[in-house]
Amino acid sequence: MVGQFIHQEYLVAGNNFNSAGSASEAVKSTLKKMGVASADIRRVAIAMYEGEINMVIHAGGGVAVVDIYYDKVNIVLSDKGGGIEDLEKAMQPGFSTAPEAVQRLGFGAGMGLPNMKKYADKFDIQSEVGVGTTVRMTIFFG
Amino acid sequence: MKISELSAYIDGTIVCNAHKADKEVYSAFSSDMMSDVLAFVMDQGVLITGLINPQIVRTALMMDIECIVVVRGKTPNNDIISLAEANGIVVVTTKKNMFETSGRLYSAGLKA
Ligand SMILES: Nc1ncnc2c1ncn2[C@@H]1O[C@H](COP(=O)(O)OP(=O)(O)OP(=O)(O)O)[C@@H](O)[C@H]1O
Ligand SMILES: [Mg+2]
Repeated sequence: MVGQFIHQEYLVAGNNFNSAGSASEAVKSTLKKMGVASADIRRVAIAMYEGEINMVIHAGGGVAVVDIYYDKVNIVLSDKGGGIEDLEKAMQPGFSTAPEAVQRLGFGAGMGLPNMKKYADKFDIQSEVGVGTTVRMTIFFG
Repeated sequence: MKISELSAYIDGTIVCNAHKADKEVYSAFSSDMMSDVLAFVMDQGVLITGLINPQIVRTALMMDIECIVVVRGKTPNNDIISLAEANGIVVVTTKKNMFETSGRLYSAGLKA
């Protein structure tokens, strides 16, 4: 497996709660086939799923780029949504601007960004109001 | 406990992947907020929820959760069932509410 490299790109549709999470699902199954340890797969899956859902809910969709190496995964989630005004606030557990209709679907606990930070080994978020948001995460195996 | 036993404790109905009802589960988490579920990794855990949309299955899938209990007599639609079926996740429905479901399963030995 050493030296193996997989590059994947996914278009994430905005406001579609049926397809939301399918990119993360695909990455999860790729890692499973590669024989990556299940605890590592779970961290990748959760971190990416939270980011994917955020693009669906808050940004009208976006793009997920996933690079899988023998020892790590890099995930870049970028969107051209409305951006985040106060990043520090957005990172706090419990902070959410999710509308009520979205809350009824089970989102808006304000735990997505904190979860991503918790499960990823490297986490970086850049956002500009009116321009969009980019989240970069790295998860090391083992 | 086995999923079949879990279902019996809450007068439940196994609506898909019944052939996996012999699987052992050890712990559970009750919530209608998916990110709350995603915050705590469980081993061989059960998701107890009052929600019915495909995201309950996707959340379970990301977490390696193999059993979802849908409370308060709600019926997951075919999209949800087929997604669960395809991913080997057992779905149990019960008429009991989330509090009673959680209480019964906790008393019966499922860990928090
Ligand atoms: N890609 C994004 N574009 C615009 N705003 C975002 C984006 N991601 C997050 N936000 C903002 O940051 C807030 C916090 O995000 P976080 O993921 O922590 O919580 P949430 O999505 O509201 O709820 P949860 O993830 O628990 O379902 C969001 O409510 C939203 O205001
Ligand atoms: Mg979120």
